[in-house]
Amino acid sequence: MAPRLARLAELWSTAPGWRGFFSSVDHKQIGIRYVVTAFVFLIAGGIEALVMRVQLSHSNLGILSPEAYDQLFTMHGFSMIFLYAGPVLSGFSNYLFPLLLGSRDMAFPRLNALSYWIYVFAGLFLYASFPLGLAPDAGWFNYPPYSSAAYNPGLNIDFYVLGLVFLGISTTVGAANFVVTLLRMRAPGMSINRLPILVWGTLTASVGNLLAVPAVSLGCVLLLMDRRFGTHFFDVETAGQPLLWQHLFWMFGHPWVYAIVLPALGIVSDALPTFCRRPLVGYTPVALATVTTMIVGFGVWLHHMFATGMPMMSLAFFGAASMVITIPSAVSAFAWIATLWTGRPIRTTAFLFFASFIFLFVVGGVSGVMTGAVPLDWQLTDTYFVVAHLHYVLIGINVFPVVGGIYYWFPKVTGRLMDERLGRWNFWTMLIGFNLGFFPMHIAGLMGMPRRIYTYSPGLGWDGVNLVTTIGSFMFAVGVALFLVNVVRSLKHGAPAGENPWDAATLEWSVPSPVPAYNFAVIPLIASRHPLWEERLQETERSSLERGLRLENGRETLATTVMDAEADLILKMPGDSYAPLALAVGLAALFVGLLAHSAAVAGIGVVASALSLLAWLWPERILGQRAESAHG
Amino acid sequence: MSYLRSWGRAAQPVMHLAWGLIGISVLVVSVIGVLVAIPLVRAAPARSAPLASPVARGGSGLAWIYIGVGISTLVLLAIVVWTLFTLAAVASPFERPAFTIEIHGHQWWWEARYLGTPASRTFVTANELHIPVGRAVRLELIGDDVIHSFWIPALAGKTDVIPGQTNLAWIEADAPGVYVGQCTEYCGGQHAHMAAFAIAEPAASFDRWWAAQVTPAANPPTGPLAHGAALFDAHCAACHAVRGTAAGGILGPDLTHVMSRRTIAAGALTNDSRSLAAWIENAQRIKPGCAMPTLNLNRADLAAVVAYVQTLR
Repeated sequence: MAPRLARLAELWSTAPGWRGFFSSVDHKQIGIRYVVTAFVFLIAGGIEALVMRVQLSHSNLGILSPEAYDQLFTMHGFSMIFLYAGPVLSGFSNYLFPLLLGSRDMAFPRLNALSYWIYVFAGLFLYASFPLGLAPDAGWFNYPPYSSAAYNPGLNIDFYVLGLVFLGISTTVGAANFVVTLLRMRAPGMSINRLPILVWGTLTASVGNLLAVPAVSLGCVLLLMDRRFGTHFFDVETAGQPLLWQHLFWMFGHPWVYAIVLPALGIVSDALPTFCRRPLVGYTPVALATVTTMIVGFGVWLHHMFATGMPMMSLAFFGAASMVITIPSAVSAFAWIATLWTGRPIRTTAFLFFASFIFLFVVGGVSGVMTGAVPLDWQLTDTYFVVAHLHYVLIGINVFPVVGGIYYWFPKVTGRLMDERLGRWNFWTMLIGFNLGFFPMHIAGLMGMPRRIYTYSPGLGWDGVNLVTTIGSFMFAVGVALFLVNVVRSLKHGAPAGENPWDAATLEWSVPSPVPAYNFAVIPLIASRHPLWEERLQETERSSLERGLRLENGRETLATTVMDAEADLILKMPGDSYAPLALAVGLAALFVGLLAHSAAVAGIGVVASALSLLAWLWPERILGQRAESAHG
Repeated sequence: MSYLRSWGRAAQPVMHLAWGLIGISVLVVSVIGVLVAIPLVRAAPARSAPLASPVARGGSGLAWIYIGVGISTLVLLAIVVWTLFTLAAVASPFERPAFTIEIHGHQWWWEARYLGTPASRTFVTANELHIPVGRAVRLELIGDDVIHSFWIPALAGKTDVIPGQTNLAWIEADAPGVYVGQCTEYCGGQHAHMAAFAIAEPAASFDRWWAAQVTPAANPPTGPLAHGAALFDAHCAACHAVRGTAAGGILGPDLTHVMSRRTIAAGALTNDSRSLAAWIENAQRIKPGCAMPTLNLNRADLAAVVAYVQTLR
C-alpha cells in the first residue's frame, strides 16, 4: 500500500475492538449495524407473525389468548414498520450515500451515530414490554379511545407512545443528515441531474420524514398527556375528538409508507440496469416520479379513514388523489420494464429479486387502486384484503429490493460474493412462499374476514384460505432463513469479489472491496451519471477517478455547492466519539423515567443528556475549519 | 360475509365496481406478469460473467413509458369516473327511509333502538336487526365506548361507530334472508366476537315482529318460574332490562324478547338452553374480558334462571 493510503487509512480508521464499537462514526460501520439490527427486528416480527399464523390456521383455535394475540399483532406491526422497514433503508443509505456521492463521510458523522444508537435503544425500550407482559396492544395505529387510560390503563400504551416519540428523534436526525449530506457533500461534478435514483429516493423520503414525523410525535405527546395528566384532547366526555388522533397518525402514516418504499425503489432503479447492461430507461421521469409520489403522498392520508363518516366532497377528493398517485408509480414500473426489454439481462440472484419485485409492485399497486375507490373501500377496509395489499407493498416493495440489494452490494461491503446457487433456492422459496402466503389473504378479505380478530368461527368458509396462508408464511420464513444462511456462509466462504464484480456503472464500484475507511483515495471529479461506463457509452466528457483532491491533512472531505456541485469548502470531519452513545443512553434514561413515573430517573437522564451534549459540542482544535476555501 | 354477492341498492353498485376492478386488476397483473416474465426467461444465465456482456445504450426506451403511462392514465380516469358514479349512487338512500334504527356500539355487542312513530312504538333490542324487504332503513351509528365499525357486507359497506359523533348509513335488502355482519374496527379483546345480523323479511311478518317487540314481557310468572324470576331480579336486573318487570338495567342487552333472537353474546353462541346456561354460569370462559360477570349460581338456581329467561319470547 502506498504510504499516502496508509496514512489516510490511519486517519479515518475506527479504533479496534469494543472502543471502536461504541465510538465509531464511520458511516459504513453505522450502515452495516443499521441493516443487521433491522434484520434482528425483522426476525422478531416474523416470529410474532408465525405464532399468529398458527393461531389462525384453523377456526376456533385456542393457542393464544386474546390478550397475547393483540400484543403480538401490535408488536408485529410496530416492529416491521418502524423497526425494520424504515431503518433497513437508512442502513443502505448510510452505507452507500457517501460512496454514491463521492464523499468520505456523511455531513454529520456523530449525528449519524446518535441516530443509530437511539434507534437501538428505542427498539429495546419497546421490546422490554414483552417480558413484562405489557406490550402495546392497541394496534400499530393505536386509536383512542381504546388506547386511552379509561380502556387501556396499563403501561402497554405508554410503551407505545414513549417508544414512538423516542424513535422519532432517531428518524428526524437521520433524515436531516441525509438531506444536508446530499445538498453539500457531493463530489465535484455530481450535479443534481447525475444523482443515483437511490439518492433521490432517500432525499425524498428524508424530507418526507422531517415533515411527517412531527405529526405522530405530537399525537403521541397529546395522548400521553391525556393518559397521565388528565388533558382531554381525545376524550369525548369533555368534547375531545378521537378522530384528531387518526388525522395526526395518518398525516404521518401515509407519507411514512412512501418513505419506506421510495429508497427501495431507488435500489432497484440503480441496480437493475447493471444486470440489464444498459443505463436506466427514463432517468429524469423516474427521478421526478419519485419526488411527485412523495408530494402527492402528503395529500392522501384520508384514504385510511374513508369509513369514519367524512363529507362526500372530501371522500371524492382524497379518493381521486389516491388514484392519481398511481401515475408516478406507473412511470417507474414502465421504466424498469423498458430497461428489461431494451437491455440484455443476466439472471443473477439479485436480478431475480429485482425483476420479481416489479411484478409484486404492480400487484400491490392494483390492490391499492381498489382500496382507493371510496365505495369499494367501505367493503375492503379493515378486512384481510388490506392485509394482503399492505404486505405486497411492504414485503414486495421493501423486502425484495432489500434482499436483492444485499446480494448486489454484499461484495462491496465484505469483499466476497454471495453464493448464487443457494441464492436461487433462497429466491424461489421466498417468492413462492410469499405469494402462497399472502395472495390468499386477498380472497379471505373478499370473503369478508375482518382484520385483527384472534379467531373465527367455523362455517364462514375461512378455514381453507387461512391454512394456505399459514403454510405459505412458513415457507416464506424458510426462504428468509436460507438468505441468512447464505449471508453467514458467504462472509467466510464467498468467492473473492474484486472491485467491481458486476461491472457496474456507479461510483461505489470504483473503490476497493471492502471499502477502505477513507472511501476515496482522492475526491473524484464526476462528468456523467455512470462514471464507470463512460467509455463504452461514448460519453463526450470523462470523469476523473484517479486524479482529484487528495485532502489528507487530517480527516477532510469536500463541500460542494447545492445545484451544480462545484467545489466550495474543505470540511474537517470529527473522529471517534462516545458522545452520541452517551447522549442516547441519557435520553433512554429519560424515557424510562417517564415510563416508570420516576422523576429521579428522568432527571438523571436529562442531566446525563446535557453533559453528553456539552462533551459533544466542546470545541476541538482539530475541527477548526480552515480559513481559506477552495475557491476563495 | 362475502360482498361479492350483494343484495340491495346500497351494496349492488359497489358489487359491480368490485367485480369490475377485480377484472381490471387481474388483466393488468397478467400483462405486467408477461412483460416481466419474457425478459426473465430470455435472460442469460448468471454463469456468464457480467464482464463478458457488453454495455450499450440500447435505445432510449422512452416509448415504453409514454405508451404504458398513457394507457394506465386512461384506465385510471375511467376507474375514477366509475368510482364517483358509484359513490353518488350509494351515498344516500333511493327513497325516504321507512324508519330509523339507532345503533350503539358497545364492547362487545350492538344495541339497536328502533325509533317508532309515535314514540310509544320505540323499543330496544340487540345484535339482530329485522328489516322489511325492499325498504331503505336509516341507521344512526352512535359510539358509546371505543370505536367500532358496523358492517353487514352483503347489504352495505362499513361505517365507523365513533364516540362523540353520530354517523349515518342506510341499508336495504331486496330479498328475504339472514345477512351476517361483524365489527371491523379493532375494539379490544373480543373484537372477534362482535357479530351483527340483519334479518330481512316481507312487510307483513316484519310488522308482526315490530308489534311483538314493542309489547312488554308477560306478567311476572308464578309457580316454579317465580324463583327464576326472583333470581333474575337479584342477579341480572342491575344490567339487563325486561320491560314490564322491575328489571331496568341499561348496561347490557335488553332481554325483554331475548328468545326471539337466534344467537346470544353477539353471535358467539346459538340461543338454546345449553348456551344460555353456559353463558349465565361463566361468560368469562366464552368471551374473556366481557362485561358480564361470573355469577356463581348453584346448579338448581342456574336452571331456574335459564327457565325464566326462556319465557322471554
